[in-house]
Amino acid sequence: MADFETVVVETDLLILGGGMAACGAAVEAAYWAMQNGLKVTLVDKAAVDRSGAVAMGLSAINQYVGLKDGANTVKDYVDYVRNDLMGITREDLVANIARHVDSTVHLFEKWGLPIWKDEKGSYVHEGRWQLMINGESYKVVVAEAAKNALLQSGVGQIFERVFIVGPLMDGDRCAGAAGFSVRENKFYIFKSKATLVAMGGAVHVFKPRSSGEGMGRAWYPPWNSGSSAYFTIKAGAEMTCQEVRFIPVRFKDAYGPVGAWFLLFKSRATNSQGGDYMVERKPELEKWAPYGRVKPIPANLRNYMGMLDVMEGKGPIYMRTDEAIQKIANTYKDDPKAYKKKMKDLESEAWEDFLDMTISQALLWAATNLQPEERSSEIAAAEPYFIGSHSGASGAWVSGPEDLQTDDTRAEYFWGYAHMSTVPGLFCAGDASGASSHKFSSGSHAEGRIAAKAAIKYVVEHNTMPKLDQAALDALKAEILKPLAFYEQHKNATTDPEINPNYIKPRMFMFRLQKIMDEYAGGITAQFTTNEALLTKALELLAFLEEDSDKLAASNLHELMRCWENVHRMWQAEAHVRTMLFREETRWPGYYCRADKPHIDEEKWHVFANCRFDPGTKAWEMKARPVLRVFAEQPKAPELVGARN
Amino acid sequence: MPSYVNPDKCDGCKALDKTACQYICPNDLMVLDKEKMKAYNRDVTMCWECYNCVKICPTQAVEVRSYADFVPLGASATPLRSTDSILWTVKFRNGMIKRFKFPIRTTPEGKAVPDGGFETKGDLNTPLLFTEPASLGLGDVYRLKN
Repeated sequence: MADFETVVVETDLLILGGGMAACGAAVEAAYWAMQNGLKVTLVDKAAVDRSGAVAMGLSAINQYVGLKDGANTVKDYVDYVRNDLMGITREDLVANIARHVDSTVHLFEKWGLPIWKDEKGSYVHEGRWQLMINGESYKVVVAEAAKNALLQSGVGQIFERVFIVGPLMDGDRCAGAAGFSVRENKFYIFKSKATLVAMGGAVHVFKPRSSGEGMGRAWYPPWNSGSSAYFTIKAGAEMTCQEVRFIPVRFKDAYGPVGAWFLLFKSRATNSQGGDYMVERKPELEKWAPYGRVKPIPANLRNYMGMLDVMEGKGPIYMRTDEAIQKIANTYKDDPKAYKKKMKDLESEAWEDFLDMTISQALLWAATNLQPEERSSEIAAAEPYFIGSHSGASGAWVSGPEDLQTDDTRAEYFWGYAHMSTVPGLFCAGDASGASSHKFSSGSHAEGRIAAKAAIKYVVEHNTMPKLDQAALDALKAEILKPLAFYEQHKNATTDPEINPNYIKPRMFMFRLQKIMDEYAGGITAQFTTNEALLTKALELLAFLEEDSDKLAASNLHELMRCWENVHRMWQAEAHVRTMLFREETRWPGYYCRADKPHIDEEKWHVFANCRFDPGTKAWEMKARPVLRVFAEQPKAPELVGARN
Repeated sequence: MPSYVNPDKCDGCKALDKTACQYICPNDLMVLDKEKMKAYNRDVTMCWECYNCVKICPTQAVEVRSYADFVPLGASATPLRSTDSILWTVKFRNGMIKRFKFPIRTTPEGKAVPDGGFETKGDLNTPLLFTEPASLGLGDVYRLKN
């Protein structure tokens, strides 16, 4: 591609992504880079002001531990996450995020994020860990602090609208990243001493419920296309929890949030006969003991009980918004003036919940003449997503911090730098790092900070620029830009650019991936159920798809990005299928069931299911890693110092 | 159609080097047709309806018509975003109008100070992050006593 200029950027720390984790990394890195005379470069495929999963806004902060008020302890949060993930979590990672996340939230408030306060000046909680916010500009405010930190100090630079395809390697060390501008004919080589991956999770790996215009209305945003997973897998990093997808049960079709309704408004969900599956199906929980016995009941089990109703033909499932609002307002029924005001406040809160983060849901209510205080709304399970920051857990296997290890965990969970993958110089945060769920927006930002500080330490201690082979870079440039050349080469073979026997366009490539995953790997059509034979078939079809990825064609830069996004999705899919095949049990019903192994097997499978793609041999290796406790079970909890326990 | 552009209002942001909607769209969907000098959404099936193009448009030329494959016609949600709040006008299919106003930030635009006024105490070898422990509201960060 002679008309593509190659731009080479050399930097000390390279931050890939622009969402919450990347913005946290930027703020943190700027400070430590300044102290140590280093340079930081951030690359975002969109505009940092409105990129990532919080681009639209949010109506709540889902992780705030409340350490300064003694509301909860770090161990409380670890217990909550471990139980919600059916026992499979890295306590050192979860604790590390939990001990820093309040600092991040306090910074958000200083930066200008409005957090709801009660009359005493305390934060208004949606639930035990969740804070209510006026979050329309949440991302704008967080991005502003990140940009100010990098640009005002002079230590940093930001590239927007540059799509990162994959890693550059110097032997087994990560040496940076390669990508291209989606605005002009420029190919980018970023050479770095350390690289921090924070490019989000993956959407549209599975077929979504809506197949027309509404296809874009995924619960998690469609621009999160598996770039973190691809980058880390291709660098040869060990991956973890690739089977732990997330299925959100949300308001049906527009995917409006349910958190405020369940937690703040205390709403029930009932089936079409008025039955409450959480009550009627309680005995089912015993099958999933000990996790079925804990409170709150793990998200996947709550999903599963509703799904059992749907499979028995008891749908639709309704969020009882009318009942919940009436119940709250009724506490003011003896005072008509106060009742009227409360109803108005509740109405405003209900609508803001959607207008701040899922405007489509407000539109759906308005289009169906629905007022939540009068009529219930349907809820349903969405298609699977890969989102290690939420209730899924997929991501890279990263080192924990040195000081949160026990004598037992140190050998397994610590290798030098906090939140560094098994690839030297490659750090991960947010959806890119695995086995540390329930970080959400605030915890992802905190993890970005943790990883950035560790990455700067790595640069100080390994202050040499990795070496890159020019011939390999030239080959990589040709590979990355190939879909453009391939299109030009073949476009005149037919009269319609969309149908051509020589190539496949990224859109049909994505549909093919989604159909495979939906039908064989436990998507919506398969009622989230699969088995060994189906998964084996999925791998067979994915192998054909991978061969055909060599024939992807792009007519412009936008389509070139779509080509690579879908290759990224395909690699996330393969890691997912291989890991579901490896784990011979059903541990997360409500996320997926292995119909041929329908029970939880604590004896054999209370382990992390990890995988690694060897870039040299091109072979996948599956590996079980032990689940070890940092916080011993009661009553032998290690003593915590530094704050109230 | 998710977001769409009203040709009577769109001026292609002619005074700028790129259109506002093109600058902000997180999914690279908004494009300027340079012949017509009008912007358009190039792939409505990949639109999240995040409204960032609607909110940023200097001429209020961008609107949203809900996903036609599951939303009945006739409703709209129109934002008016200022420096500290957002005013929403929600129009129902049956003509009912609701209006909501919410705060969006508590500081002047552009003025987010990275350290938030908190002092940093640690160095590269401690678990204390930038602004800690002050930003935690604690004397120190949690540690395990081994």
